Amino acid sequence: MRPVAVVGIGKTAFGAFSDRDLRSLAVEAGEKCLRNSQISPAQVESFYLGNFAGPSFVGQNHLAPYVSTALGIQGVPSTRIEAACASSGSAFFHAWAEVAAGVYDLVMVVGVEKMTSQPTARVSQILAQAGDCSGEMMVGSTFASLFAMIARRHMYEFGTTKEQLSMVAVKNHAAGALNPDAHMRKVITLEQAMKAKPIAEPLNLYDCSLVSDGAAAVLLAPLERAREFTAKPVRVLGIAQCSDYVALDQKADITTFPAVRRAGEQAYRMAGVTAREIEFAELHDCFTIAEIIATEDLGFVEKGQGGPYAFAGCTALRGARPVNTSGGLKSKGHPVGATGAAQICDLVLQIRGEAGERQIERHSLGLAENLGGSGATCVVSILGVV
Amino acid sequence: MRSGTVYTETVIWSAPEAFAADVPYQTAIVTLEGGGRVTVRVLGDRVAIGDRVTEADPQGGIPFFRKA
Repeated sequence: MRPVAVVGIGKTAFGAFSDRDLRSLAVEAGEKCLRNSQISPAQVESFYLGNFAGPSFVGQNHLAPYVSTALGIQGVPSTRIEAACASSGSAFFHAWAEVAAGVYDLVMVVGVEKMTSQPTARVSQILAQAGDCSGEMMVGSTFASLFAMIARRHMYEFGTTKEQLSMVAVKNHAAGALNPDAHMRKVITLEQAMKAKPIAEPLNLYDCSLVSDGAAAVLLAPLERAREFTAKPVRVLGIAQCSDYVALDQKADITTFPAVRRAGEQAYRMAGVTAREIEFAELHDCFTIAEIIATEDLGFVEKGQGGPYAFAGCTALRGARPVNTSGGLKSKGHPVGATGAAQICDLVLQIRGEAGERQIERHSLGLAENLGGSGATCVVSILGVV
Repeated sequence: MRSGTVYTETVIWSAPEAFAADVPYQTAIVTLEGGGRVTVRVLGDRVAIGDRVTEADPQGGIPFFRKA
């Protein structure tokens, strides 16, 4: 396998944009990425689109060439990847594999979701399709309710508290307030986070990520050619995608995500690093409990200690190992199909030293974890300085 | 009738559109006697982890359980 580098990034702001459609968001991110890597659309040799539910949210299918041709990318393979909330993480994995295998040199990934054109109850219905619709979803489950049941069990087994969950939201809002592209740039207090209206007990409004519109794009190239396109290439040191049951009730233990553990172990092995060496991370905080469990499954802390770890400030922007310096899905926003690519963009910004007010001091080795559904897909990527 | 023990549960306040009229309602994952787990709607009294539950009459193929 050839070493691979990220040579360009681009993303839209995340938010609720009534005047923007799916394609215009994807094109904005893609064009920014092309400019960032100083290439023309004709140089792109293969294109991957990460998108979860364009057909349901906006009534459009066959989305990959629908977007790539609008970017001026003509004739090349153009492929949509759907893996629920891990759609563009998975697209990134497949693009990486294509470059690493030597099939193509310049491969572009765009992740996009346009969600806010639908009312909340309809959004919940569409998101529920990422669960098992012949089982768990028939009884009226939502994704919030699945993660609420995970949180209940984690509290029962490890003594995790509501304050610890809420502290994740407080922390991520504090970081997101410094991110000009974040959907909700609002600092919240622990009291506000604790007292918000219930969504699925014990999770309340501030435990849940946002329903957002947005897009993000990444360009990959062989490391040996990286400096043709950027002065600051970022190397993909390790990456893995793993899978597990779609239905939560088929898992033996819902307080851990085997796909996250496996993808983490494989990515660490490929990168030749240990969890201890990771300096910062973008973790998939679709719900506050998910970030807590990710810190455990990725080996940042012992099993069951994710709550106290977050509450102590270890993962805060100025903590020992910052998690979600972008604000995470919680504050930056969660346009489902864009999230995995956006995490890569946020790692690259930190590694390049271009993260503005939220720039951290130790930023040479970062990890992104992109989770699909209640853990059926996970992509872990480890990026570092060249 | 199937019976078992509550493995985890939640009360849902924000529902998909097909269930909006039922809010708030409780769902649970039940560990069945004889093995396996199933996600169910809880009827009647609220249940907590460890509570014994039994299946009520199936309604439209959806598993409804209540406190034993």
